[in-house]
Amino acid sequence: MSEIKSSIWVFGDYRNYFQNRVTLQLLARAVDMAPSIDAEVCAVVFGHEVDEWIGEYIAHGARKVYVIEDPALKQYSVEIYTALMERLALEYRPDIILVGATSFGREFAPRVAKRLGTGLTADCVGLDINESGLLVQTAPSFGGNLLAKIVTPTSRPQMATVRPGTFQEIPHNYEATGEVIRLPLPAGLPEDRVRLIHSERVEQRDQKLEDAAVVVCGGRGMGSKQKFKKLHELARLLDGEVGATRPVVYSDWIGTDALVGQAGRHIRPQVLFSFGISGAIQHTAAVNDSNFIIAVNKNLNATMMKMSDVAIVADANQFCLALIKELKKRIRD
Amino acid sequence: MVSELPWDARTGTLKREMAGGMMNPACKHAMEAALQLKHIHGAHITALTMGPPMAEEVLREAVAMGADRGILLTDKRLAGADTLITSYTLARAIEAVCPHFDLVLCGCSAADSETAQVGPQLAEELGVPGVAYVEQLSIQQGAVVRMQRVADDFLETLEMKLPGLVTLTTSKYAPRYVPLSGVQDAFESGEILTLDADGLGLDPNVVGLKGSPTQILDVFSPTTGKKNIVLKGAPKKIVEQLLEKFDDRIGGAAGKDLKVDEQG
Repeated sequence: MSEIKSSIWVFGDYRNYFQNRVTLQLLARAVDMAPSIDAEVCAVVFGHEVDEWIGEYIAHGARKVYVIEDPALKQYSVEIYTALMERLALEYRPDIILVGATSFGREFAPRVAKRLGTGLTADCVGLDINESGLLVQTAPSFGGNLLAKIVTPTSRPQMATVRPGTFQEIPHNYEATGEVIRLPLPAGLPEDRVRLIHSERVEQRDQKLEDAAVVVCGGRGMGSKQKFKKLHELARLLDGEVGATRPVVYSDWIGTDALVGQAGRHIRPQVLFSFGISGAIQHTAAVNDSNFIIAVNKNLNATMMKMSDVAIVADANQFCLALIKELKKRIRD
Repeated sequence: MVSELPWDARTGTLKREMAGGMMNPACKHAMEAALQLKHIHGAHITALTMGPPMAEEVLREAVAMGADRGILLTDKRLAGADTLITSYTLARAIEAVCPHFDLVLCGCSAADSETAQVGPQLAEELGVPGVAYVEQLSIQQGAVVRMQRVADDFLETLEMKLPGLVTLTTSKYAPRYVPLSGVQDAFESGEILTLDADGLGLDPNVVGLKGSPTQILDVFSPTTGKKNIVLKGAPKKIVEQLLEKFDDRIGGAAGKDLKVDEQG
């Protein structure tokens, strides 16, 4: 046995700013949870020329960093990284592995879980340790209106993926020290059966929605594509941005980029207007941190109305028109 | 073609998509991709789903779209499987009904933000290469499949040798329209085979809820317990009330003065 103490591992996804943020957020959560199971927080880093990230993860709470560094690992590969993680986990037996739900992580984590024959909970909105020392994973379930608390009672490790923005990172502490365990690239790794032929950066999705102080979100309750367009006018008046729910995006009332939800943007504006949205958990989880929520819906019992600061019982479109009219009177540029 | 349709073992209730007898959007796109590939290269398409008996409707829809046959895995003992066990079960079914498959296509996930774990785990279980979240694919010379996807801000072109597994998003392959009568005909044509745990020779102890490593402790409705203000009445009146109380708050966030112009 190489390890006696239990450990929580965080997969270090450092490819760009946003992927690295989720790693830091997971480290922060791991640091919070570790004392209750007397665990050591560890980061796992694969790649080439990764010193910068090793330092950053230690500064964010990792007490130990497992590193496999090799020019052959420069390109993130689901197959190769899965094989590496499998070997590492079998050798060091972590209790928990947390992976950021990036595109890569969402393909990588299920494969690692499969290899290790263990459970994995996707898109957790909460992670806690219960009195039995089990990782309680809170995740959307059953079509999106409910949350489920899920545990992996006997299989190890307990594995979870978490969307970026779910947890808050802790500030850098450059005084922190940690142990760096450098391991060689294992021999006999399988060949990557998937070949990357070409890769180009696509226009960075701008972060306007995430940064906006005012967001106007619309759901199917707006009534039609034509009526939905009015939300843009309202957003312009308030220097805000327009977001939308999954059904609206599916109906092509607005582009996928505007999707506010677990699969899209995670927002925390100062003021959120929510028009005609009932509130599936994948959406509410992504707006829950908004400072002040004004919801408009005909149904007072809609989830979105219950979680609002101001619940307006009205037809979303009619209220939107009335608000635009009044704001135009009040705002003189 | 694999459709993931979990049902709630605790309450026996179905997901809403199921209640309407509808195929998952992403699975429907995967079905369309299969049909387009068949049109170009020729193929025999098997649609496979696991679920309660009524999941047969989804297979009927698949057959109406153009699948050559449908396979329904239905058995109470298979219910409540998590993704690990679902992929295990589906893999055994695929090995039983189409051991010489070239390509497995899956919808990348069930409805909005479902786990999306079954596809990648199924590739592992079948021992074939797999790529998730693919937008477009084509078959090249030498049984190579070429795929395009956007992953973490990169547009990637990838290739792998068949046999393989691909999960598809809903961005391309808009599903063809199938008239209701077509679904009716598919019902009557009876090209749907039903299998259970025994038919697949599965040990009931390693499948379904029993075999799954994850366990649901509790299911609850997210209540925030916020004490909110409720406004109702004519829209114009509500707007006035809202701005009377919160003009500073809204105006502050927008960086605009929303006070009524006293001189105005």
